[in-house]
Amino acid sequence: MTGIALGADPTPAADPSATDPLWMVGIKAFLVIFGLLTAFAYMTLIERRLLARIQIRQGPNRVGPDGLLQPLADAIKSIFKEDLVVAKADKVVFVLAPMISVTFAVLTFGLIPFGPKDAFFGYDPWVINLDVGLLYVFAVSEIAIYGIFLAGWASNSKYSLLGSLRSSASLISYELALGISLLAPVLLVGSLNLREIVEWQHQNGWLILYALPAFAIFLLTSMAEAARTPFDLPEAEQELVSGYNTEYSSIKWALFQMAEYIHLITASALIPTLFLGGWRMPGFLEQLPLIGGLFALPYLWMFVKIALFLFFFIWVRGTLFRLRYDQLMVFSWGRLFPLALAWFLLSALVVAFKWPIAVLGWLSLLSLVVFLAYVLLTARPKPRAMPRMGAGD
Amino acid sequence: MRATSERSEPMSIAALAQSMGITLKALFSKPVTIPYPDAPVPLKPRFHGRHVLTRHPNGLEKCIGCSLCAAACPAYAIYVEAAENDPHNPVSAGERYAKVYEINMLRCIFCGLCEEACPTGAVVMGYDFEMADYRYSDFVYGKEDMLVEVQGTKPQRREAAYTGKPIKRGYTVPYVRPELEGVKPPEPK
Repeated sequence: MTGIALGADPTPAADPSATDPLWMVGIKAFLVIFGLLTAFAYMTLIERRLLARIQIRQGPNRVGPDGLLQPLADAIKSIFKEDLVVAKADKVVFVLAPMISVTFAVLTFGLIPFGPKDAFFGYDPWVINLDVGLLYVFAVSEIAIYGIFLAGWASNSKYSLLGSLRSSASLISYELALGISLLAPVLLVGSLNLREIVEWQHQNGWLILYALPAFAIFLLTSMAEAARTPFDLPEAEQELVSGYNTEYSSIKWALFQMAEYIHLITASALIPTLFLGGWRMPGFLEQLPLIGGLFALPYLWMFVKIALFLFFFIWVRGTLFRLRYDQLMVFSWGRLFPLALAWFLLSALVVAFKWPIAVLGWLSLLSLVVFLAYVLLTARPKPRAMPRMGAGD
Repeated sequence: MRATSERSEPMSIAALAQSMGITLKALFSKPVTIPYPDAPVPLKPRFHGRHVLTRHPNGLEKCIGCSLCAAACPAYAIYVEAAENDPHNPVSAGERYAKVYEINMLRCIFCGLCEEACPTGAVVMGYDFEMADYRYSDFVYGKEDMLVEVQGTKPQRREAAYTGKPIKRGYTVPYVRPELEGVKPPEPK
């Protein structure tokens, strides 16, 4: 696979993380894990507050000032709840499964570039810089499925086994569309290194301009990958009593939740990194004299973008209901997968025949227009208002 | 696209966008939650709360110990024991008065049938509702817990005596019903 001079540096600099001393990598790894756990804890609080506001309620506000200690209370509660292990369960795997989920969810976050080189006290603001970064991210996040499947298998419960089978099927289906949607930007950039992808975007414009359908597919499939509403079939807590984690309680159950949220946070960090210029602020803002200088802080824009996507995921959860299993499969295999393949093919053509990259920009715009036309054409007329029943209250 | 069949998409994308707009609008609207322990609940005038034994304006009790409330009570929560009035120093306006008047608040279903059965309008349902307590015996309210001068419920009065603060009542009422003669509405906060 060749980048064919579409912005890819033919002689990339030596891996900068190789120069980081081991103790520095340790400190950064500690910070990432600590930060992720804090982010997970407060993500639950923020999500509950925002969902409550969507339902015109107030949400948890009892523990601590304005509910700020609620995650602590939740943690204490889940640790001290009775921890049941089903009789005749495979005890070792039963205990290991949530740990596998969490471990492999945490492992991916260290590759996310949070700022330009040397932005972390003279060191690089990422734990390690892999040339096969993207491949590593998806290889590792795929292993989290093992956590889910082993949990269902070890539970000695038919419901859990069926639920975990169903979860694995849906997660793998979405993983395909996810992987293929990423091939388009990888072809353009000519690198799997996350930092190089961001730097390419700084020179050539954000990848969302050249790969809008891929961005849309990636957004949807990463929601499914994180088992997030409306694709949260793995834990269909209302209709299936959570499927794979039916038999889990106490802190083991909380670990599954933690893995899911960490997946979500990783996804909201990956989407800006891959499609929205990473830590860079929007180009037109950079041109402005005052703002461009003032707000060019290395970490600020990354955090803003992560927060935006987390908000989007919460917003979607507050709006949409869960898809049925057959709808989920049809949507994945029948809609997303062919679309991802088609866009990959177009990108490959552009790269292979060395057409100007603007062609992909125009195709993105065209796809947006087609999409909007489709939406407008399929919009149903507004139903007539129901007549008011009864004689008032 | 035709109307949805079994296997078609759940809803059109336009409908999705519309519903996302609805939730976004709700996100920025004011919550309707009443933060109850911090802010008082506004009660309706006909709320059925703790019973009140009312008095005539001259101070005589309205209750004449007829036990009709006990007979009307579907939960058998009321116990009345009548006694003859001393003619020179009457307790009630009738020939007899209630020597013992007890309501077991654990049994009471706050239906208000006692209030309807009472011929003199002596027992009326008021507004106090914070009656959670610890001991079974503390839920049997006697005359000393229900006559009009008594403000608040047993736990509320106990807490006020313990802290030295005025009785805290978690409600506001727009006005007090005329049947609740002599009952003072709680101070507005």
